[in-house]
Amino acid sequence: MFDKEIVEELEAIRSRFPFPKAAMVPVLRRVQELRGWLDSDAQAWVAELLSVKPIEVHEVVSFYPMFYGQPVGRHVLHVCRTLSCDSCGNKELWDHLETKLGVDRNGTTDDGRFTLKAAECLASCGTSPVMLINNKRHENLSLSQVDDLLEGCS
Amino acid sequence: MKLSSVLSARFEKPDSHLLEGYRADGGYETFLSVLSEKRDPDELTALVKASGLRGRGGAGFSTGMKWSFVPKDTGKPVYLCVNGDESEPGTYKDRQILEFDPHALLEGVGIACYAIGSHKAYVYLRCEFQLGCERIQAAIDEAYAAGLFGKNIEGSGFDLDVHLTMGAGAYICGEETSLLNSIEGVRPYPRNKPPFPAVEGLFGCPTIVNNVETITNIPHIVKRGAEWHAGLGNSDDPGTRLWCVSGHVATRGVWEIETGYKLQDLIDGPCGGIRDGKKLKAVIPGGSSSKVLLPEEVAQVTMDTPGIRAFGSSLGSAAIIVLDEDTDMVDALVNLMKFYAHESCGQCTPCREGTPWIVKILVRINEGRGRLEDLELLDDLAVNIEGRTVCALADGACWPLTSILKKFRHEFVAKIPSAASTEEVVGA
Repeated sequence: MFDKEIVEELEAIRSRFPFPKAAMVPVLRRVQELRGWLDSDAQAWVAELLSVKPIEVHEVVSFYPMFYGQPVGRHVLHVCRTLSCDSCGNKELWDHLETKLGVDRNGTTDDGRFTLKAAECLASCGTSPVMLINNKRHENLSLSQVDDLLEGCS
Repeated sequence: MKLSSVLSARFEKPDSHLLEGYRADGGYETFLSVLSEKRDPDELTALVKASGLRGRGGAGFSTGMKWSFVPKDTGKPVYLCVNGDESEPGTYKDRQILEFDPHALLEGVGIACYAIGSHKAYVYLRCEFQLGCERIQAAIDEAYAAGLFGKNIEGSGFDLDVHLTMGAGAYICGEETSLLNSIEGVRPYPRNKPPFPAVEGLFGCPTIVNNVETITNIPHIVKRGAEWHAGLGNSDDPGTRLWCVSGHVATRGVWEIETGYKLQDLIDGPCGGIRDGKKLKAVIPGGSSSKVLLPEEVAQVTMDTPGIRAFGSSLGSAAIIVLDEDTDMVDALVNLMKFYAHESCGQCTPCREGTPWIVKILVRINEGRGRLEDLELLDDLAVNIEGRTVCALADGACWPLTSILKKFRHEFVAKIPSAASTEEVVGA
């Protein structure tokens, strides 16, 4: 599934912990970075690397919002929907994104370019409107800045 | 009320995250002197206890007391886990430390590990903190390269390994036993207590879990002494805290202030009052899980544990959410409860089933489809959820629910059609 170099990198992550299973979250994160999402083949591969059953990997993948058990777009937008942000511009940001992208919360655009995900508090409560694009934080956003950012996503 | 600069002193300096500047400001001197003087670990724990420092994550437990629970001579390794999962709505204080003074946290990690007899620390950060994670990893690398971490630090015989570890977007992982399960690579359900982590934590070994801001206080306390810290602010809950304000104020931000100040002074002063000249309607004073305060309560309350307890609320994570007169409190509560329903880990039935049920009822009230009995049903649900689960997430959902229902009942009643017709009948 992976080149020798990547396998060695993942084995090095495994060796940082007293038990292989404890490398679960960091290994899954790296595998997701490489493959875009955590399909069942990837999960089975991780299970073998960590000497656990595939179900044990699936239990973890299915728990965390930042692990994708389904395909996502090339650019994943995480937009806060929680009270502090909602009251300071993120509600308008949501309306704008849903209209512009033509998708609902957790939807992916037909061209596979964007996935729009609701985030539960990003710890940017003083600097909303805020969203993450592929985990990079963008704060104090105007709607025109949002348009520029989206245009920059190929 | 005056602003302090203990934890925040370096935030605005250029390149404040780099080792060079931190050391130029005297950084790591306290850690190295602890090692070179071979300070008695128990004496350090006693010092932290005497300082009165309470945990800054939300529960407010005595830090020194927590450290003293680590059993001696179990033959097992002891772990320190730093909790940087910062996810309580309204809270963005730890992020300031992680991004702008990562070495201050790491120096605290060094001293804390020495005091509790730990040689391995995990700094657990939420993965959404991309910049914070980068800076902490870079700071750890710098500290190793400078011989501040690793084997036999500066010839002291003390070994310390520090690792960055990251979550994957779950609020529950800020609960200390869930955090441990997250690091262990299992589904991160909170554990039953006892045993407490100090006795049986990470990998079954004694473990101390402390919040980022808590640990960052340690070098200052060890350097300046317990009395210095105990003399800051309110004597029952001393020290400075990083207060993060969000919502409808003119200026949002994080301010460091000693405990015991008046909340109204923070809102009127640094925050510049309510946005657009509006009137205040409510304040959620300690993160979304704390009980709501009315304007007349805000005018009186002092921000320390006993002061806020007098008004039935809590300081939690020092996240102050300000809501103006235009806020629809039913709408606000729907928003908050959706958070808990989403973040409930699903382990305990009252929380897993109860929090979405609360949302369902609130949504129908908000959409004008509610019944008057729904208000009693919500109160009844809260009674049957609170205190009946493994962790405090469900309690944290019930506190804003019951307090907002009680203090703003008229707004809920106003959205219930049958209540309007009942009132008409009574009026006739």
